[in-house]
Amino acid sequence: MTDGRPKEVSTAVTRLEPTIFELSSAGCRGYELPALDVPEADPSDLGDAVRPDIAGFPEMSEVDVVRHFVRLSRLNYAIDLGLYPLGSCTMKYNPKINEEMARLDGFARIHPMQPEGSVQGALRLMDELEALLREITGMDRFTLQPAAGAHGELTGIMIARAHLERSGDPRSVILIPDSAHGTNPASAHICGYRVEEIASNERGCIDTDALRRRMGPDVAALMLTNPNTLGIFEAEIETICGIVHAKGGLVYMDGANMNALVGVARPGDMGVDILHLNLHKTFSTPHGGGGPGSGPVGVVRALEPYLPVPVLVRGERELRLDWERPFSIGKISSFLGNFGMHVRAYAYILSYGATGIRRIAERAVLNASYIRARLSDTYHLAFRQPTLHEVIFDDTNQKDAGVRTLDIAKRLMDYGFHPPTIYFPLIVHGALMIEPTETESRQELDRFIEAMKAIDREAREDPELVRTAPHHTPVGRLDEAAAARKPKLVW
Amino acid sequence: MRFLPQGDDDLREMLAAVGVSSPSDLFRAIPEKLRLKGDLNLPPAHSELDLRRKMGAMAAANASAATHAFFLGAGAYNHYVPAAVWQLLLRSEFYTSYTPYQPEISQGTLQVTFEYQSLIAALTEMEISNASLYDGATALAEGVLMAQRANKRARVVLSEAIHPHYLRVVRSYVRNLGLQVVTIPAGADGRTDLDRLAATMASDGATVAAVAMQNPNFFGCVEDLGAAAPLVKNAGALFEVVINEPISLGLLHGPGHYGADVAVGEAHALGTPLQFGGPYLGFMAAKEPLLRQMPGRLVGEARDARGRRGYVLTLSTREQHIRREKATSNICTNQGLIAMAATIYMSLMGRHGLREVATQNRSKAIWAKERLSRVKGCHPRFTAPIFNEFVLELPADPESINRELLAKGIVGGLPLARYLPSVPGARNLCLFCVTEMNTREEIERLASALEEAGR
Repeated sequence: MTDGRPKEVSTAVTRLEPTIFELSSAGCRGYELPALDVPEADPSDLGDAVRPDIAGFPEMSEVDVVRHFVRLSRLNYAIDLGLYPLGSCTMKYNPKINEEMARLDGFARIHPMQPEGSVQGALRLMDELEALLREITGMDRFTLQPAAGAHGELTGIMIARAHLERSGDPRSVILIPDSAHGTNPASAHICGYRVEEIASNERGCIDTDALRRRMGPDVAALMLTNPNTLGIFEAEIETICGIVHAKGGLVYMDGANMNALVGVARPGDMGVDILHLNLHKTFSTPHGGGGPGSGPVGVVRALEPYLPVPVLVRGERELRLDWERPFSIGKISSFLGNFGMHVRAYAYILSYGATGIRRIAERAVLNASYIRARLSDTYHLAFRQPTLHEVIFDDTNQKDAGVRTLDIAKRLMDYGFHPPTIYFPLIVHGALMIEPTETESRQELDRFIEAMKAIDREAREDPELVRTAPHHTPVGRLDEAAAARKPKLVW
Repeated sequence: MRFLPQGDDDLREMLAAVGVSSPSDLFRAIPEKLRLKGDLNLPPAHSELDLRRKMGAMAAANASAATHAFFLGAGAYNHYVPAAVWQLLLRSEFYTSYTPYQPEISQGTLQVTFEYQSLIAALTEMEISNASLYDGATALAEGVLMAQRANKRARVVLSEAIHPHYLRVVRSYVRNLGLQVVTIPAGADGRTDLDRLAATMASDGATVAAVAMQNPNFFGCVEDLGAAAPLVKNAGALFEVVINEPISLGLLHGPGHYGADVAVGEAHALGTPLQFGGPYLGFMAAKEPLLRQMPGRLVGEARDARGRRGYVLTLSTREQHIRREKATSNICTNQGLIAMAATIYMSLMGRHGLREVATQNRSKAIWAKERLSRVKGCHPRFTAPIFNEFVLELPADPESINRELLAKGIVGGLPLARYLPSVPGARNLCLFCVTEMNTREEIERLASALEEAGR
């Protein structure tokens, strides 16, 4: 152990790779096209709009391109390699059949502006997906157009604003708990609202007295996450909704943590007016190293007129896209949203079906509770309240040895794991936010728990080893401050 | 359930370790009355084979570019995707990874993104690029908001020859922010009316944050960016160029060549198929001074303690997870994997391939435009140079003609009437797109079908 080598070393990653620009070799090509079967066009009508060359582009054979990207892939951690316990990110297994379904020609090679009669299969899939999401959430109507969670938030707040405007006053403030994800205030701000924080109480939940005192005719909406980013269910959700509704405000629920509730409880039954889902979290569409996602927004009946256009409607003979919606917030993305993600989420929900879907939340909460039970004697629990799909520890027990959350996270990589979400939520100092999801076996959880316990021991016996981790990754800790001082963003 | 790896013994022991007797006890923190009593009303569980049958039938009910001759473009383009692109995207290490917040075990994603940024900058002839935005329309909206942040002016001037969906999205984004949208119509040749632009800039230029034009524009015409640029720059506004057919940049100069401050648009055409409009690839490239106003993620080069080169997410203090409501955008999840597809595509096509594809697109489009113009009752509407799209006036309502074409295995062009309510004689206008995917034989079939439809 003294040489910094833990018993288990990740072998998933290998050596660093040059860039495509360094691999370029003049005269190589990675493509071939059929011979041009019409005369080549004369470029003279374009005049000096024609560029002489695509300067800076590489020249590579297909072999070199494939090896380059396969080698790069081996520098990545991934859910298919093991537990990816990022809190509030819901990194669950991505079923392989979903990828095949999304690549069927009849889904992958159709155009969003084709005549509606020629894409009835695709529209039916969207219509049925919407019905599934309505049933799972208890909301009355959905738009599938938002491309990600934050885009859903923006859409949802636009809907709230349009509704309030129509009743005479858009109001000026959005209330957001201090435990919220950063996208919430950013989304509210782009909608022209001022953001005010609502402090959490000692139980990690919204302080209903503070909310009651603050709630007034200037507040357009409360944006909350339930269960919140501490993994705690807002048990007073009905009271909270009542307080907001009594003063004419709306309740927006960020559905980032919906994985804790699927098949168990429905936001629509709690009094929530607007909800976004992350298909790339709860409904298993792959995260793709940063996207694409999909952020459908569900609303109560009264807010349906404001949904973005076009709205999918059932016509007499076929499904069609309705653009004539006088109160709509307008359009919010180029076409119909990330349809490829809709296909995957649809396949996922059908895979579980009526009797199985509840297992998602049950096993997700069981896995998180198991980690909590087995690690809470080693790591300090930020809040003692019962938690659902995730658990938040901090570095209280390790910091006397000079080991901080960041060090623990980095050392986990040497044990072959991706670290949890760290330093979030902001209200927990040195947070380690762990969400295992339902798709981890007990063996995988035990390996993770043992790694966490080993790091705690190392923190006492050889803190320098932890502070200088990781030791077995292709690169060590990178100097992010220097990178930001003098940014090099292109080759 | 095949996605759940806990065995019976494990479940029992885990429940015991947690101290509950049944899974439903795990939810005691949720008030009883909010907990569902029975199963949801959902279809029964589907096996893989059930899914294949059901979804295969749904997919087969659509007219796709795999089964039909395809002449529809308008911001979504049917191009060839090399086999290597999708195979590489299916590497688990890429598509099942998260946002690269931990750089030591995310160098694959980070380096690809750095290469993506470099290629987009080279392609657009701009200085910097971000790591992607949702799609072309939201990229333009972000570009408009960025201009307002940069120069605090209250108006944005948009060409009406920008994709109409993009214009609608910009209006949705700015309506709550007090930013006024002014539009400039297209002239008789199909290009933005630069006289009108000059007049607007002369009267209101000092209040204009940005001017945006699309190239090639929504009607397929190549704009005179060289003439437009000084009108914008002299007023101190940002010049923003929208590109939604990036294959055109294999042949045409990028926005940077004309001094554009910002290039935004849609780049799905680089390696991602039509897939009913998404996921697509919004991009944003800019001049260096706008760096700290950029929305979205940026990847930069960095070194570790031993001097090894690596890549990190950088300048995050612009972003929502640090800056919250003061962030340059609310975007978090972007279109990472689609940006990767574009990177692989551009690497395969390279310096010469993209030029060759672009030349094929333009050659076939010009040949098709001439061929279809010889059909009785079909007339080209505009005279400006084109890339791979053109507008024809058809002998009858394009919607009904499209129904006849469909019956013959052809997906026709886009009927323009609903996008041009104020243009006289727009009723029979139709926007056609021809790419490297269309053979001469398909174009002949389209010509014959239009011939018959016009009778």
